[in-house]
Amino acid sequence: MNWIEIKNLQTVPLSEIPRPGIDEFRNEVIQKVKSGNRLVQFFGNKNSDKIILYAVIADDDVAKLFVSSMEIFPGGAYNSITPDVPSAHLFEREIFEQYGIKPEGHPWLKPVRKGIAGIDKAETQYEYFSMSGDEVHEVGVGPIHAGIIEPGHFRFSCHGEKVYHLEIKLGFQHRGVEDLFVRNNSRIVYLEKLAESIAGDTVIGHAETFAGAMESLAGISVPYQVKIIRAIALELERIAIHLGDLSALSGDIAYLTGNSVFGALRTKVINTTMAVCGNRFGRGLIKIGGVNFSITQELSDKILETLNKLDDETVLAAEVLFSSASVLERFEKTGIVETEVAKEIGMVGPAARASGVAIDIRSDHPSGAYEYFPHHKLTLSTGDVFARAYIRFVEIQQSIKIIKEQLQNLPETAADKTGGGLNRKEIILKPDSLVVSLTEGWRGEIAHVLLTDKSGKIERIKIKDPSFNNWFGLTLAVRNEGISDFPICNKSFDLSYSGYDL
Amino acid sequence: MLDLIKLIKHHGYQAINDIRKAKLMDTHRGFPVIDEAKYSGNWQDVADCCPVKAISLNPVAVDLGKCIFCGECEKISNGAIEFTNEVKLASSNREGLIISSGNNYDIYSKEAVKSKKEIHKLFGRSLKLRQVSAAGCNGCEMELGACGNVNFDMGRFGIDFTASPRHADGIVFTGPVSKNMAPALLDAYKSIAAPKIVIAVGACAISGGLFAESGQINRSVLDEIKIDLYVSGCPPHPLTFINAVLDFLGIK
Ligand code: SF4
Ligand code: SF4
Repeated sequence: MNWIEIKNLQTVPLSEIPRPGIDEFRNEVIQKVKSGNRLVQFFGNKNSDKIILYAVIADDDVAKLFVSSMEIFPGGAYNSITPDVPSAHLFEREIFEQYGIKPEGHPWLKPVRKGIAGIDKAETQYEYFSMSGDEVHEVGVGPIHAGIIEPGHFRFSCHGEKVYHLEIKLGFQHRGVEDLFVRNNSRIVYLEKLAESIAGDTVIGHAETFAGAMESLAGISVPYQVKIIRAIALELERIAIHLGDLSALSGDIAYLTGNSVFGALRTKVINTTMAVCGNRFGRGLIKIGGVNFSITQELSDKILETLNKLDDETVLAAEVLFSSASVLERFEKTGIVETEVAKEIGMVGPAARASGVAIDIRSDHPSGAYEYFPHHKLTLSTGDVFARAYIRFVEIQQSIKIIKEQLQNLPETAADKTGGGLNRKEIILKPDSLVVSLTEGWRGEIAHVLLTDKSGKIERIKIKDPSFNNWFGLTLAVRNEGISDFPICNKSFDLSYSGYDL
Repeated sequence: MLDLIKLIKHHGYQAINDIRKAKLMDTHRGFPVIDEAKYSGNWQDVADCCPVKAISLNPVAVDLGKCIFCGECEKISNGAIEFTNEVKLASSNREGLIISSGNNYDIYSKEAVKSKKEIHKLFGRSLKLRQVSAAGCNGCEMELGACGNVNFDMGRFGIDFTASPRHADGIVFTGPVSKNMAPALLDAYKSIAAPKIVIAVGACAISGGLFAESGQINRSVLDEIKIDLYVSGCPPHPLTFINAVLDFLGIK
């Protein structure tokens, strides 16, 4: 067998992961993806003088994950799998950047994060894709953008107003996050907080994904109450961002009522999160083995009341937004990503679902509270800005429903409400093991893979924010669009720079 | 059209009337109050639990320039370090962020941020700021964005964020300053016409925060940038930022 079959959050000994030869590994990955599975992770880990490359592939229909590996010397080369599996393009660039292993025949072997600003003369200069011809011109934007957002560089190749190609150069935010996880692997509190700061708009998503991986490696099972509180926090995060994005999308088309109303609704949601844990983004809530704050009956009643009002107000605001002609004129048929394309490049989350790709970790690979109830995947088919906006609206309603149900399931008299009894010193990870942890954050699949060494310390963490998959979707969405439609295309995806740059 | 009117009516008035007096809910972790005697255990354990090494001993002090307000020390010290919901967490100088048991919020909130006459004269009625995220995680950025929303409406004081440093009177930077953003931060700073002010927002910007020991950051560019105002938090709440700027401008 060339693969080991596991589940989300199932720890496996490294020794059980098959290691076929390079060519066989390549063929296996290509075959698996071509037969309808999805490439979740592909990354390297240094092992004495060799580099081991691991691939994680998901069969979303049956909730299975497949892991395989190959070994190669640093500076070595193999035939790129990107021509056969386009969704591997960024993973291969990353492996090349981190270990110097060259995927021969890769169409676009550019830096991912390092030396992006060309500070060090020894670093190779970043070469932009360029076009030539009459009236062809380039527009460069960033790294610093006009709004209060994170930095990145966008280079548009245009003919008049029309965008022929958009090259997105990121890496400006690179903080060495993965390296910090490994270097501080015995400081559990630090790791919990670092996970919260991978992407500050996905505090709960990343913190839960990391905590889940650590709990699996340590053999800790968390109380039901904790699972519910975590799910509630995750859904609150989703609602808040979706509302914020509807507000920003309204702002970008100068529909100021929508901008104000959705913005004010978002405030109510993040203040609810603050009522639970003291921080509007959920910082400080999640810890390994539990949560730091409980939800009392009184708070639960308050949340319920807020959500009931929110539900009505969102419907009212969305009805106005999605029925006004001037809004539809901008949103509809703008920035289309076709279903097949979305699948091919490995898009995830609401952006993928808006293009008709039915993937959602909450139902495909459920963990925590989601294991206890069926989650219904919502999809739309048009793949345009409208679909990526409208899906936010329906997901907000769905999340409100989930939270309301979960609040009712919150066992009032549970003995251990927060998993608080666990002493962090008791967290002992299984040595020489690997675990894959997947969570459906508001942007889509968050995937952390943790590997431990022989003393049970984290030796490698591979973090993937959904933005890693989806930035290329934005590139394709703006092709052949007017450059003035870029802001709404961009906002409809709302991708993370720090989550990508790490 | 009728729906739109209904919506606007429903939306009503959302702004916080008095930004200077507004209170946050009790759960919010703001200004810390330290009572050393309240904890009889080993204070070294409390200092060791801090993920960003913000706690120093003899006497016990918390450096708000490093603190990410995670609340861990509050739990371990059984409340001997207690985070109140008070929002004023800024200072005109770096040392002013170090809080020990001698600090009382009433005094701190009045004295930590110094306002100068000439600043008040120049920017008191209009302050345009350019925000630069130098590897901020988007937490600080979202809260700075929120300062201008319908709830906080910072624009009522003439304080706004501009799209270009060339239109700005000052810079607000966030994040630990990654190597890749260091040159752009410096460029933006240099593009602003003098006199200009600099505001560092968040634990990352002030001290590097959780990323202080990363090999991928380059804080040496800050040697060329004089910081006038430090605003603590991870991220600072909009009320913290707005109040800090108002204090700095000498607006009552
Ligand atoms: S609240 Fe601040 S001082 Fe206390 S442990 Fe957290 S970071 Fe350290
Ligand atoms: S201070 Fe906190 S919220 Fe602000 S950028 Fe740093 S990690 Fe993010």
